[in-house]
Amino acid sequence: MNSFVCPAPIGLNDTVLLGHGSGGKLSADLTRDVFLAAFQNPILARMDDQAIVSINGMRLAFTTDTFVVKPLFFPGGDIGSLAVHGTVNDLAMGGAQPLFLSAAFIIEEGLPMETLRAVVTSLQRAAAAAGVQVVTGDTKVVEKGSGDGLFINTSGIGVVPEGIQLSASQARPGDRVLLSGAIGEHGIAILAKREGLEFESELASDSAALHTLVAEMLGASHDIRCLRDPTRGGVSSTLNEIAAQSRVGVEIDERAIPLREEVKGACEMLGLDPLYVANEGKLIAIVAPDAADPVLDAMRRHPLGGQAQIIGSVTAAHPGMVTMRTLVGPSRIVDMLAGDQLPRIC
Amino acid sequence: MKYIDEYRDERIVRSLAARIARLATRSWNLMEICGGQTHTIMRYGLHELLPPAINLVHGPGCPVCVTPLEVVDKAIEIASRSDVTFMSYGDMLRVPGSSRDLFRVKAAGGDVRIVYSPMEAVKLARAMPQRQVVFFSIGFETTAPPNAMAVWEARRTGLDNFSMLVSHVLVPPALRLLLTSPGNQVQGLIAPGHVCSVMGYWEYEEICREFHIPIVVGGFEPADLMEAVSMLVAKLESGRAEVENQYVRSVCREGNLPAQRLMREVFRVCGRKWRGIGLIPESGLCLRDEFAAYDAEKIFEVSGVTADEPSECISALVLQGRKRPTDCPAFGVRCRPETPMGAPMVSAEGACAAYYRYRRGRAPEATA
Repeated sequence: MNSFVCPAPIGLNDTVLLGHGSGGKLSADLTRDVFLAAFQNPILARMDDQAIVSINGMRLAFTTDTFVVKPLFFPGGDIGSLAVHGTVNDLAMGGAQPLFLSAAFIIEEGLPMETLRAVVTSLQRAAAAAGVQVVTGDTKVVEKGSGDGLFINTSGIGVVPEGIQLSASQARPGDRVLLSGAIGEHGIAILAKREGLEFESELASDSAALHTLVAEMLGASHDIRCLRDPTRGGVSSTLNEIAAQSRVGVEIDERAIPLREEVKGACEMLGLDPLYVANEGKLIAIVAPDAADPVLDAMRRHPLGGQAQIIGSVTAAHPGMVTMRTLVGPSRIVDMLAGDQLPRIC
Repeated sequence: MKYIDEYRDERIVRSLAARIARLATRSWNLMEICGGQTHTIMRYGLHELLPPAINLVHGPGCPVCVTPLEVVDKAIEIASRSDVTFMSYGDMLRVPGSSRDLFRVKAAGGDVRIVYSPMEAVKLARAMPQRQVVFFSIGFETTAPPNAMAVWEARRTGLDNFSMLVSHVLVPPALRLLLTSPGNQVQGLIAPGHVCSVMGYWEYEEICREFHIPIVVGGFEPADLMEAVSMLVAKLESGRAEVENQYVRSVCREGNLPAQRLMREVFRVCGRKWRGIGLIPESGLCLRDEFAAYDAEKIFEVSGVTADEPSECISALVLQGRKRPTDCPAFGVRCRPETPMGAPMVSAEGACAAYYRYRRGRAPEATA
């Protein structure tokens, strides 16, 4: 070992890199080493998409999310509607009925007023459609060059009904893994609109508020252990998080994962793995074995869960690891992404 | 999806595996040359479907992995300049140079961007006449024609703020080195289908004659690779050293002649250092003198930058197929995709990254 003189690994701790925001392994390390270390408390330590706090016997879900999407407008949505859906979904994944949102705008000097108005109108429409109200907010303007047009932060509060207890730490061997629909649409729709990438696509983002779907699912059974929306980092990161937090293994079947032809084609062309591509209107549910069918039926009756599938199960084997039966038979590891997914050269 | 689904069909793949098992009467060491093929094998676990007698060895065909340390250092030096916009295929950004990588240059304020096509860099140069736009032109014969096209187009339109840092490599010279090396145990080759779609496969006929080794031009999907293996095993079992084309839907013997013409017009063959292997004569492409005005090495005067590869690094042996990634003491411990020590751990097509990502602790080789 001593004679081994490969170039020393470049330390990860000296600088924040874009990869630290990718939702993969670097993000998880940053959260654990910097934020969890500083803010350590039992509620945060649950590491779910939302905090559940009890106040005078009422269980409230509380969450926050910041939106930095580029371009601001994309097929299927814009930063305004996304800012509502993202936060509503983080509440919904705790089983909560979303009620109130805050909206904070960081605006770069020079942004056309018309753009800002369009985003705000869209945000308001999305909030109204989701049945939530924006009840507080903030505005900051930064110098030209200190921002990228517009960033939005939304926080949300909701009420968790009696008897609902969802957490990524509750998956047990034998549980089924359910996915609400086709994956990768948001990420690819955004990518298709980025500068420097020229491909035509009819694909729209799947951005949607999922709380009514969740309500239907919880109506079918309370034996749902965990809900997560696979946003940044995609399905693979979400399943890896669940596997790690519950100390179980997860096995999925590549043949069962719904994928639209347009997403598949774009991923083939760009050298991306759809399991790592972001979604904004899909959820993964870990469900007790007996509840899998009724929950699946409930999902399929809802417009946002029409293509729902059971994609795998939870196992006691290989705790902390996600594996996938590939299309041709053998299994492989589905790892958490190290940094951003890098386009392939050839 | 047409041309995809049928090549990932479990029944077809398994029937090819059964054919290979019937054909093989003894053990054979086969090398898939291209990193894209290694990636498919690991991703789908094709080695698990093969009879134990068939040993797949991973070749040097990952362009990111073989780009030498000093070229990465040159890229970092150029990209750090405030007047430069540096554009690269994505996987080069995470390759460690001597002290940092391009992602860190970007984090420190360098204008480093990922592109899918070199023509994007040309377009950007036109749109930003006040910036020096530099494209990192790397890869095998596959990426050489589009990169040649970018320079050609820049000259045609009189762009004076576009240049390329060129570090292209060629497959046949590396294969010759591999096959003449004393430790070589490779008995059959799966030639890189994408390279051959540009270059054709007549060059591989020469290698076949020279070394009496069967070569099958192979594609990149599971069924392609299984069929290529079955063709190779059939030839080896019957003692036929010949070249056959499995990837007929993309490759013809002559290759893409206009692309080859463009390559010759813009590039000339030169000696090139390969990361982990060292200098291989006539194994690279450089810009011809007529295109010197587009040579970033000359413009930014980085020709003097050198860096010595650590002589004991196992990536040399991995890139030659003589060691498996899991034979390395650092594999998965100190060397992981987020902290790559050597280039094969960086690119998705690098053998170490493919093992780590898909087979960590699961591959039969990993426990051997």
